[in-house]
Amino acid sequence: MLFSIKNLHVSIGGKEILKGFNLDVNAGEIHAIMGPNGTGKSTLAAAITGREGYEITEGEIWYKGKNIIDMSAEERANEGIFLSFQYPVEIPGVSIQNFMRTAINAKREYQGLPPVSMVDFLKTMKEKQAMVEITDKLQNRFVNVGFSGGEKKKNEIFQMAMLEPQLAILDETDSGLDIDALRIVANGVNQLHTNDNAFIVITHYQRLLDYIVPDFVHVMYDGRIVKSGDKNLALELEAKGYEWVKGLMG
Amino acid sequence: MDSNPKGNIIEEVTNKDYEFGFVTDIETEFIPKGLNEDIVRLISKKKGEPEWLLEFRLKAYRHWLTLKQPDWAHLDIPHIDYQDIIYYAAPKKRKELQSLDEVDPELLDTFNKLGISLDEQKRLSGVAVDAVMDSTSVKTTFQDTLTKYGIIFMSFNEAVKQHPELVKKYLGTVVPHTDNFFAALNSAVFSDGSFCYIPKGVRCPIELSTYFRINAANTGQFERTLIVADEGAYVSYMEGCTAPQRDENQLHAAIVEIIAETDAEVKYSTVQNWYPGDKDGKGGIFNFVTKRGICRGDRSKISWTQVETGSAITWKYPSCILKGDNSIGEFYSVAVTNNHQQADTGTKMIHIGKNSRSTIISKGISAGYSQNSYRGLVRIAPDATNCRNFSQCDSLLLGDKCGAHTFPYVQCGNDSSILEHEATTSKISEDQLFYCNQRGIGREKAIGLIVNGYAKDVLNKLPMEFAVEAQKLLSITLEGSVG
Repeated sequence: MLFSIKNLHVSIGGKEILKGFNLDVNAGEIHAIMGPNGTGKSTLAAAITGREGYEITEGEIWYKGKNIIDMSAEERANEGIFLSFQYPVEIPGVSIQNFMRTAINAKREYQGLPPVSMVDFLKTMKEKQAMVEITDKLQNRFVNVGFSGGEKKKNEIFQMAMLEPQLAILDETDSGLDIDALRIVANGVNQLHTNDNAFIVITHYQRLLDYIVPDFVHVMYDGRIVKSGDKNLALELEAKGYEWVKGLMG
Repeated sequence: MDSNPKGNIIEEVTNKDYEFGFVTDIETEFIPKGLNEDIVRLISKKKGEPEWLLEFRLKAYRHWLTLKQPDWAHLDIPHIDYQDIIYYAAPKKRKELQSLDEVDPELLDTFNKLGISLDEQKRLSGVAVDAVMDSTSVKTTFQDTLTKYGIIFMSFNEAVKQHPELVKKYLGTVVPHTDNFFAALNSAVFSDGSFCYIPKGVRCPIELSTYFRINAANTGQFERTLIVADEGAYVSYMEGCTAPQRDENQLHAAIVEIIAETDAEVKYSTVQNWYPGDKDGKGGIFNFVTKRGICRGDRSKISWTQVETGSAITWKYPSCILKGDNSIGEFYSVAVTNNHQQADTGTKMIHIGKNSRSTIISKGISAGYSQNSYRGLVRIAPDATNCRNFSQCDSLLLGDKCGAHTFPYVQCGNDSSILEHEATTSKISEDQLFYCNQRGIGREKAIGLIVNGYAKDVLNKLPMEFAVEAQKLLSITLEGSVG
């Protein structure tokens, strides 16, 4: 198994947000996690990627045979865990090219490899940006500075393509996207999806799942998964609404 | 395992060792401690100076006696006992130097360690260097090349002997000895420095640079730089400096004067890396410097670029007097303070010529317990019509125990001129750090990346030779400033 969360309890500032979360993910799978606002979806993403301030009070996160809860965020990233952010942050004065080269070289250093050659790097950039229909011009712009909502999300998927993670978490990647951008982003994800990697797609709406078809859908409420099923569960949820979920809680 | 306890990423402040803190063991000639007329005369005698220069010094000294150390800056300056300082120290020379072979190997080694090769054969980059240790110039390289173009570039002391008419014509014309306390002090006791004259219509083909090194203990460094670009001339000039790591504070009070005649252009770049003191604020250089240029002729241009990372205290306002019509003044600054460093730095743009333009880009970065102030004046004379100024003063805070301050002064004497001022204060956010971490970039690297991005507009103005060094220096200066 590639990735497994066991009985995860996470608190922020003493308030428990995740209350016994369980999830098993095999390589090659796409899992969708759906649920209403404030149910702990983004906390889940932060806890998996090792963000500070998220206190794990109980439980384990297993990835490639290791419990990673004591690993730093950058170690987890270099081990192949990637988060496509819901709100990608601006870094003024740092070009995407410089940012990506720093990231790739950090990963190579972690793996004991020499820095990437400029020629190879630029070649890879060109290939990967074509995947999400990004023009050359965007690459010389500063990270997320003045980007439209669509550009930001495309840039996240582009970075994912560059870093070739084994576990990618897409946090509300569909929010703020028009239908064309949504299609481009989803196409990017589908091209990157192989039998060796896995995706966890966090979303509010069924809409994204028309483009990125999940193997499993989990409904989350109040810090844990309350129902799991196949892709039809997303349609059922869309039809019945989140009030129905509350009912499932008994 | 993450070594940072959660939640206090920007709390802990440690100091990266200062790379240039070594001391050269070399026989040094000192004069007695303290300052009086006899000392001024003695310095002048040591330098073998003509009578007029001694008079210049004495006039300055007598004026200095009437002045008080200024206290208007946002700086907490410990008491300085001006009688407890040695005003002249020089590596002992055996004889007049004719070639590099005669330079003391210890001295060559010192400059090699600093990355400044005085051996022209070994220099690939084509930068002429005047190397100054304590009160004296050690060696000026590339003399032959420069002479071919009629360019004069030599130690100040040499220039006084070889080109007294030029030195006399320009010395003290931009920064008179009456200018301020530290300028008066420098004018009285200045030891050495660089003199540079670019003749009419000559574009200096190589970068000129002076490298200042304080070595001796208990001494002050008072160098004087004078750069003259005659009509239509161009020169790019760089200045670097370091000092040994010592527990006592050392005083550095320099003067730089720049004169740009009609259609001339001078680009002056500094990477200031004097010893900043240790992480508890012990030791370090007190850096009180007066730098000013005058655009005397029409369409002349002076551009200051500074990267300030060193010194315990910095008091420095490289300025432009825009006398010529259509003249241009520029000031690009990155000032970084960490631990207990204090900096009060900025510029003055004095518009006297019509249609003169100025640009000010200041990027302050504060970390640790440091205080970092921008202080700037833009003055437009009533007759200086259609002037333009654009000022941008940004502050970046790393942590919550440091301070960033902005003191902009504007005096506009007519209504055809346009002034713009933009200012921002920001922090490196946890979101930015986490974003970098999530892409595999560790904290130190992330800080370096973000800070260099923040300072990009200024770093881009540096000559290639300096830009790489400055980028590294920024990262090193802030190393350990975040957890």
